[in-house]
Amino acid sequence: MTAVGDVLRRGLAEDLGVPNGLEELHVLAVDDSLVDRKVIEQLLKISSCKVTAVESGTRALQYLGLDGEKSTAALNDLKINLIMTDYSMPGMSGYELLKKIKGSSAFREVPVVIMSSENILARINRCLEEGAEEFILKPVKLSDVKRLKDFIMRGEGEEKGKRRAPKRKLRDDVFTCDELTLESPTKFSAKRSTSLV
Amino acid sequence: MEVGQMQRTWVEYIKSLFREGFLDSQFSQLQLLQDESNPDFVVEVVTLFFQDSERLLNDLTRVLEFPNVDFKKVDAHVHQLKGSSSSIGAQRVKNSCIRFRMFCEERNIDGCLKCLQQLKEEYYTVKNRLEALIRLEQQIVAAGGSIPIEELTF
Repeated sequence: MTAVGDVLRRGLAEDLGVPNGLEELHVLAVDDSLVDRKVIEQLLKISSCKVTAVESGTRALQYLGLDGEKSTAALNDLKINLIMTDYSMPGMSGYELLKKIKGSSAFREVPVVIMSSENILARINRCLEEGAEEFILKPVKLSDVKRLKDFIMRGEGEEKGKRRAPKRKLRDDVFTCDELTLESPTKFSAKRSTSLV
Repeated sequence: MEVGQMQRTWVEYIKSLFREGFLDSQFSQLQLLQDESNPDFVVEVVTLFFQDSERLLNDLTRVLEFPNVDFKKVDAHVHQLKGSSSSIGAQRVKNSCIRFRMFCEERNIDGCLKCLQQLKEEYYTVKNRLEALIRLEQQIVAAGGSIPIEELTF
């Protein structure tokens, strides 16, 4: 049961289209890999986001009430600020999930980010054309989550659909162990390779 | 061994793991995600990785035993292992998976079998190293110290 004050605060925040400072961003993460789910969950938690992590596109649609099974009236209270989904999943792919979300009236405005370990241009273009906010190369890092969160926090208060998140250049921070240099006996740092492989 | 000495040993050990290519920067990312409210995060995710990997290696062994190898299945398993090893920063395992996938594409059964062997070796080696690292961390914490992740900079 929520207090009257909470309801009023939430209502006001929603009218303004700005996430209430007291409310956390709620992110739905979709990934069939147990290890990746654990990592993304922690990345988001440490960035002060509320996380719901599911293992498939089917489960994601069920959670969102888009599977045609439940009455969507029951899900009016469900506030999702961001959906992050893996691309390659057995059954429904992240791309197919993206299309279903963008095709729904309830969630088409929610930014969807696709994650993939494979840097395939055709795949990236296909996802962006279908309305994905961004395509992130795995493994996902803390800086990726921070960038997304900043974008969502700003974007929620602005005109929808006009802004895009500053994109990480896909090969910006690839580097190999060879490029780790030892600066001193107790500290070392990595040189970043900016060459396109 | 006093805490300071244990911490120095930890720094030297983890540096050697990075230098020898067992781990890459993604492992440092995991260290950054561990805090007071999630003090066992690294151990938990590494344990999940061990369980996941051993399952996948068993599946791979079985699939490659069949007379008509289903290369799509082999590739799917290797892709999964590549993903999880990449997510925790197990670089050599990841690289072995990348080579493995090339042999899958060529439908080269001998190449695949050799890669599987290599993959198993890489996996068990990094597993030993990580278990040793975790034991060191547990000793440091038990002695009242903290893990000096600030010594790692990227």
